[in-house]
Amino acid sequence: MLDADFFRRWMTATASSVDREADRLTALDSPIGDADHGSNLRRGFTAVSAALEKEAPETPGAVLVLAGRQLISTVGGASGPLYGTLLRRTGKALGDAAEVDEEGFAEALRAGVDAVMQLGGAAPGDKTMIDALVPAVDALPDGFGAARAAAEQGAEATTPLQARKGRASYLGERSIGHQDPGATSAALLIAALADAGAEAGGE
Amino acid sequence: MSDGKLVGIVLVSHSAEVASAVAELALGLVGGGPAVPVAAAGGTAGGGLGTSAELVVAAAASVDRGAGVAVLTDLGSAVLTVKALLAEGDELPANARLVDAPFVEGAVAAVVTAATGADLDAVQAAATEAYGYRKV
Repeated sequence: MLDADFFRRWMTATASSVDREADRLTALDSPIGDADHGSNLRRGFTAVSAALEKEAPETPGAVLVLAGRQLISTVGGASGPLYGTLLRRTGKALGDAAEVDEEGFAEALRAGVDAVMQLGGAAPGDKTMIDALVPAVDALPDGFGAARAAAEQGAEATTPLQARKGRASYLGERSIGHQDPGATSAALLIAALADAGAEAGGE
Repeated sequence: MSDGKLVGIVLVSHSAEVASAVAELALGLVGGGPAVPVAAAGGTAGGGLGTSAELVVAAAASVDRGAGVAVLTDLGSAVLTVKALLAEGDELPANARLVDAPFVEGAVAAVVTAATGADLDAVQAAATEAYGYRKV
């Protein structure tokens, strides 16, 4: 079972990973975006960590709703409302249970990913975060490790695609040949899930 | 109807200058009508390019007179931030609405229409109709 501590660890691990990889995310966002993905997400997840420490939400759902709200408020770019909606909708789908099983979490995360697709209008193959998130959700029934691998493969598979959403879509064919920064950060989020799970197993 | 209260307009742009200049332009074209509550929410709270949810929430609260609030946006994160705030349920006034319209032309149409005392549906319709104005 996954409790509020697990979800706090997931968010904290994501914040560390985003902080560590911020320069790489911004470098990926330079040729096809506006070169702020890393710094925007770093600002957002720093706010998430601070809010979780201050408010100490007690249920898995409350952890994710609070984190999502922080991202919508603080990121400043499109990744804020997109990641914010992902976490908030996943949290709402979890309800107010004190613990959730992995199957219930996989269903909730799928609801979150569906909400992101609805908000941004992106589908798999559009060269966005969806290209990492959908394979991750599909693989989640096989465990966090499988989800991590699927997300990383999904992110790498965005390189030959032509962007159809967001700032990169204006570049047309020139967006081909660059890994999508949003899919890359989405893979970090899912990898942090595996880290939080590994930590739980080690206790 | 609006009971004599005017619909409020919020203009959300990636740029503080664009948002405030479009507000000024739209208000300048109203003429001698009643003052429409218009608020600009441009750029990030730190003064950079982007969208600030806080600025959008504050702007919407400042123009809400009870007759509805029409929110117009420019690009990407401005659109997504307003949609996400509306989905939150309690962040924007209950009668706030994202209006699908071209930013400059839609803002002028919305403000001019609101100045006539029109209700939110009419303001939204006028702003959306701006998409149909062909220049060539």
